Amino acid sequence: MNNTTTKKSLFTSPLGIAIYIVVGLVLLALLATNHLIGMILPYAIAYTIPLLMTALGGLYSERSGVTNLGLEGLMLVGYFASALTIRLTEQTLQASALPLGLLAGVLAGALFSMLHAFASINLKADQVISGTAINMLASALTVYLARTIAGSGNVRIMLGIVRKDIPGLSKIPGIGTLFFTQSYWSTWVALIVWGASWFLLYKTSFGLRLRACGEHPSAVASAGVNVYGMRYFGVGMSGALAGLGGSIILITYSGEFNGTVAGLGFLSIAALIFGQWKPLGILGATFFFGTATTIANVSQVIPQLGVIPPVIFKVFPYVVTLLALIVFSKRSAAPKAVGEAF
Amino acid sequence: MKVKIKSNAFLIAVSAVILGLFAGGLLMMSIGSNPFEGFYYLFRGGLMNMERIGNTISTAITLMLVGLSVAFAFKTGLFNIGAAGQMLVGGLCATLVAHYVFIPRPFYLVVIIFCAFLGGALWGVIPGILKAKFNVHEVVATIMMNWIAYWSIYYFVPAYLKGPSLETESKSIAIEQSLRSPWLTEIFGGGYINLGIFVAVGAIFVIKYVLDKTTLGFELKAVGSNRFCAEYAGIKVNRNVVISMMIAGGLAGLAGMTYYTGYSRNIQIGVMPSMGFDGIAVALLGASNPIGVLFSALFFGMLQSGKGFMNAMTEVPPEIADTIIATIIYFTATSVLFSRFWDSVGRKKRDKAQQKIDQDESKEEVSHE
Repeated sequence: MNNTTTKKSLFTSPLGIAIYIVVGLVLLALLATNHLIGMILPYAIAYTIPLLMTALGGLYSERSGVTNLGLEGLMLVGYFASALTIRLTEQTLQASALPLGLLAGVLAGALFSMLHAFASINLKADQVISGTAINMLASALTVYLARTIAGSGNVRIMLGIVRKDIPGLSKIPGIGTLFFTQSYWSTWVALIVWGASWFLLYKTSFGLRLRACGEHPSAVASAGVNVYGMRYFGVGMSGALAGLGGSIILITYSGEFNGTVAGLGFLSIAALIFGQWKPLGILGATFFFGTATTIANVSQVIPQLGVIPPVIFKVFPYVVTLLALIVFSKRSAAPKAVGEAF
Repeated sequence: MKVKIKSNAFLIAVSAVILGLFAGGLLMMSIGSNPFEGFYYLFRGGLMNMERIGNTISTAITLMLVGLSVAFAFKTGLFNIGAAGQMLVGGLCATLVAHYVFIPRPFYLVVIIFCAFLGGALWGVIPGILKAKFNVHEVVATIMMNWIAYWSIYYFVPAYLKGPSLETESKSIAIEQSLRSPWLTEIFGGGYINLGIFVAVGAIFVIKYVLDKTTLGFELKAVGSNRFCAEYAGIKVNRNVVISMMIAGGLAGLAGMTYYTGYSRNIQIGVMPSMGFDGIAVALLGASNPIGVLFSALFFGMLQSGKGFMNAMTEVPPEIADTIIATIIYFTATSVLFSRFWDSVGRKKRDKAQQKIDQDESKEEVSHE
């Protein structure tokens, strides 16, 4: 019974649909000139990875039962912490300042998320309001600190990740040139984190317990699991991964902390919903949104895409998320106890 | 009982403000500035002369309307986090009116208010319908609507309202088409003061009247306190959810009007108006009460308009004001801490009083014997 429902739902579930959309998109892209994909894909991947990390963070938090609307702020904190760290160490450490910056972003995000964890787990505060406070606090505090420590609201770094070909794999015709040439190492780190998270959440008893905390916390508690601890872990991971996402923005395509992540945190929440709270779903959704963003950004320069106004691509992720919410409103895949204090 | 809850809300608000200011003071100290000096200039910057007071009020006007929007939705149990987007759309409608409608002033004001309200209401009613019809959570829906508004305006303004010099803002509207008014400007000696003040204060009292004295207000509050109970009593829950979001959106649209055609005279693209989120703080601090919103908006308005002066006079960056506001929201969200604290204080007092009564009684008993 259970088996058949999962099989059935693979075709009708949002996850399945997200996969179809992605596959369709890739096929569509293949139909276009090869040159065009070669131009868009590296950017699409670069935009996808920060979204993927942040949405994955949101997955940990929401699966453990805590709504996290503060992802935007947590990203910003990671963005800032890594910019500051790299700025202060790049003269002495050279290239190894970059991993150090990523680590700083991860730690800062995790630390900052504890504010949200404390408010929503121990104090049973309204999680939406707490998340909003996190966003506001992050955007004010990071610029405040940037001004006092670095002297201006913008923190520019000299270094950035050098794109490299993966030896061996990049020689594969077709796929090799698309995915394995000129890639950032952070992309591979992110994909490993994604795979490891899928394994942790779906293939271990720890993951089962964590997900159960988001569905029926009192049942988990009666089985002797520490629900508070699990939820702290979930929120902490969301901070760490959102911080990682923010840091990746810095060291790949931005190169400068400028006080905002321009709604990417909220876009990640949209991806989390559109991906129906599943790792594969959010991979598809973030890639989809990343591609849409890229197309919007480059459509001015590429005549083949110039016919469609860029606003369509920019508004697209939010509209499809709303539509997904409407379509799947009958049986939402959201964790049942998400947002409820235990 | 009612009095007790009210005083509790007041105590919580005051505690949150004090802790927020305290956190701000700590931050100033952490960068080696004198917090007393910092706060002195912060408050002075908001209040030192008529023009500054006018600026404080005109910042507060926008915050008041956004705060009222969020508070109104709260009353129906809805969280309107989409005030920023509703402000953008309402502001855009008002800007279009200011550019293209030329009729006598009184009619003009009616038209611009109507259009701004309508624009915001449209942006608010969509999440309302989604909530009522499909049970889509209004928080997520309003966030999506925010970014739809943000990107639509990002491309609409350069295409149809392009400014002469800058790509990033719309062309300025004529001063006589704005909400600025010569006699108000004269009273306050310049600054950003505008007719929005009457819109905001009027809205406060209208909303207070609607909530306290009308059937609609009663129904909205009933849905907010327990929607199942309200449904059982025959109140049309879905209809009220839609109406609530529509009015909340309209109020935020008016806020956009006061900001984009009163405080400033153009729309900047690529900027999500931060008042849309500060308004949440206003509503929370004001305990979702229209009069509470009035005062908390004035307080935040003072912080926002004094920060520039403080930054000029001291080393403290202006973001301190936003940090204080964010801290206040955080502490209001965690208000259970304070209510526990004040409850325990209250209980101790009551216990003491009770003890005293008991003692007196036992004494009396003793004396009787």
